[in-house]
Amino acid sequence: MPRFQDPAEISEFRRALQVGHDPHQPYVAICGGTGCLALGAAEVRHAFEEAIAKNGAEVKVRMKFTGCHGFCEKGPLVVIHPQEHLYVGVKAKDVPEILEKVVGQNGLVERLLYQDPATKERTARESDVPFYRHQKRLVFGMNGMIDPTSIDDYIRIGGYSALPKALFEMTPEQVIAEVKRAGLRGRGGGGFSAGTKWETCRKAHGNVRYVIINADEGDPGAYMDRSLLEGNPHSVLEGLIIGAYAISYGLSPVQGFIYVRHEYPLAVKYFTTAVEKAREYGLLGEDILGKDGFNFDVQISQGGGAFVCGESSALMASLEGKPGEPRAKYVHTVHKGLHNQPSNLNNVETWANVPLIVNNGADWYAAMGTEGSKGTKIFSLVGKINHTGLVEVPMGITLREIVYGIGGGIRENKQFKAVQTGGPSGGCLPESLLDLPVDFDALTKVGSMMGSGGMIVMDQDTCMVDVARYFLNFLKGESCGKCTPCREGIKQILHILDRICEGDGKDGDLQRLIDLGNAVQDTSLCALGGSAANPLLTTINYFEEEYLAHIHSKRCPAAVCRALIEYMIVAEKCTGCMACIKRCPKDGIAGVLKKPHFIDREKCIKCGICYETCNFDAVVRISVGV
Amino acid sequence: MNRALVDNILDHYQRNPGQIIAILHQLQDQERYLPEEELRYIARQLVIPASQIFHISTFYKAFSLKPKGKHVCNVCMGTACHVRGAPLVLEELERKLRIRTGGTTEDGEFSLDTVNCLGACALGPLVTVDGEYFGNMSTAKVNRVLRKATAERKDATKSTAGETEA
Repeated sequence: MPRFQDPAEISEFRRALQVGHDPHQPYVAICGGTGCLALGAAEVRHAFEEAIAKNGAEVKVRMKFTGCHGFCEKGPLVVIHPQEHLYVGVKAKDVPEILEKVVGQNGLVERLLYQDPATKERTARESDVPFYRHQKRLVFGMNGMIDPTSIDDYIRIGGYSALPKALFEMTPEQVIAEVKRAGLRGRGGGGFSAGTKWETCRKAHGNVRYVIINADEGDPGAYMDRSLLEGNPHSVLEGLIIGAYAISYGLSPVQGFIYVRHEYPLAVKYFTTAVEKAREYGLLGEDILGKDGFNFDVQISQGGGAFVCGESSALMASLEGKPGEPRAKYVHTVHKGLHNQPSNLNNVETWANVPLIVNNGADWYAAMGTEGSKGTKIFSLVGKINHTGLVEVPMGITLREIVYGIGGGIRENKQFKAVQTGGPSGGCLPESLLDLPVDFDALTKVGSMMGSGGMIVMDQDTCMVDVARYFLNFLKGESCGKCTPCREGIKQILHILDRICEGDGKDGDLQRLIDLGNAVQDTSLCALGGSAANPLLTTINYFEEEYLAHIHSKRCPAAVCRALIEYMIVAEKCTGCMACIKRCPKDGIAGVLKKPHFIDREKCIKCGICYETCNFDAVVRISVGV
Repeated sequence: MNRALVDNILDHYQRNPGQIIAILHQLQDQERYLPEEELRYIARQLVIPASQIFHISTFYKAFSLKPKGKHVCNVCMGTACHVRGAPLVLEELERKLRIRTGGTTEDGEFSLDTVNCLGACALGPLVTVDGEYFGNMSTAKVNRVLRKATAERKDATKSTAGETEA
């Protein structure tokens, strides 16, 4: 096991690995991301292990269990190399057939190839599949090529080449200048210039400096960071080590931390393995790669299930063993953060971009994207979309291209209604804004924000008032309670929204909501309260008619809000099969075999079970209003 | 109180008060909740006020001051799951288990809770039972999932390598 004492040793090691890796030998890459695992990827892996062991043919096949490939809707995913043939929805029982085709080099298992839902055309090559074709997978693409528990895999594909370059060919100031010039902005939601932050941290006064990875990915519907940590932990670690060098070398000792959400045990496990391997190889510890006096190591800490701990000062309080309550940031954490020392906190994806910038240069990076937003961004495209998954796109691509070009449009051919970006701090954008470019400033201008990358697609069956209520309810539970505007303001907003959804909306409610929203926004201590009004104000702004229908007509146009809807059986469609009668928890449906059934409104608790059960679309949800 | 267990955990973290969250996670993993007696002992050992330990225990959602059931059932309430109908699945679970969200059945078998996004949105609505993911949930599948959970634990087989836990 090597312990690199200088850059030449790691280059040599890489060369040897590359020579030893035959690019023509077939190998099977199985996606082991959480989504595919839940769909049976472990069984697929075992099936391959067995089948490969039994394979006595001349052609030897290797197998790699990788991190998330991103096309989560179609998992379990298997990619056959070197041809890059993609198989979707693979089950364990498909494996012998797949392997037979690989070994025999005689064609494809057609039925497992991706099929376009409209044209029915099948596509074999992964990069030709529409979902992948329009992406620019600079950061995320490596996931499919490596075993996340193998540091050798990462080194072989070029990993840990940026670190020696930074340590031995650049001064810390030059590294900072490069990151600044590249225009890398924080990928966690704040969008602050990473290079500027690093520069400020380097200039700050302290006895020790801290570099921290914010892996408290709390936005519901966003899981990019999780998949990066599970799929390519070394890319994040390498960025962190470079950052540690840039902000501290020659000035003070430096210590690293990663703060991971408690709900991500696999990410914790793989990052821990990565750190241990990096230590063995001399990439962490003392005199890293032979750089005199550059000593650095990383401690792994878990959260406790608090969304607010994604906020920088709250995260650092939590790292100190305190409750995760934010503080006023007249003095930024970059000056006085963890243990009151200069602390540089960046998001997982931000750190992962750093090795690319160091390797390829600021000009290369800045050539991608828009004037104010450089590089690429990974989004989690979820909700009522055909191709749910993780996508990496150049900044400046339009929302429409993402939703339709990559996402394949709306599920079940329903009507697009809104796309929500930025999580609970973001806003809902209507169809009229679909041609907006994905850009920090463009999204902020219309009342939303880029956020960490969650992109939730909503259709005609989504009630926008209910969405606002959902987000405010979430924030109420996550508010730390320290400042009055957030603690009391969000509660009052939610109280009004609850009333409206229950059919008790009053005149003036809309103005009250706007006033409260603005008050919370302007006076809260931290960004949780400071952005809490976004989902509320954007839905009022862009979907006002829906609010008015709820308030004045007591009607929910999307037929979602329980108090405002009725379930009804359409007699002409009902076949009298009695399936709904059997499942109704309140015995509230009357009817006999082969005769149309009838829902008793007095007994109906609107649980939705009959609606879900009916195979003939005979049960409908309606909202009539007054 | 299992003093040896608590001492072990404290020693593992060098009795560092800064590691209190990790310490409490370990304790809860072992005991299925944070017993008051253990918390007071930890406070004395780490020289932290008991009020601070209780502040931390009640601040973070992951911690519970009441025993969890043998089977812990979590319903993902992430935005994607929400728009795909998670609230209705949660209600069906409440009806079937006859408890409210946050509660535990009288026989101590099941606890029901919600959880913020688990990050498997393609499978929404999502329910986990003892760490096992059940995707594309509907009210119709709830019974099956609960039965599977109890049956599997009776088998007492360990989960295979490579499978994730929540």
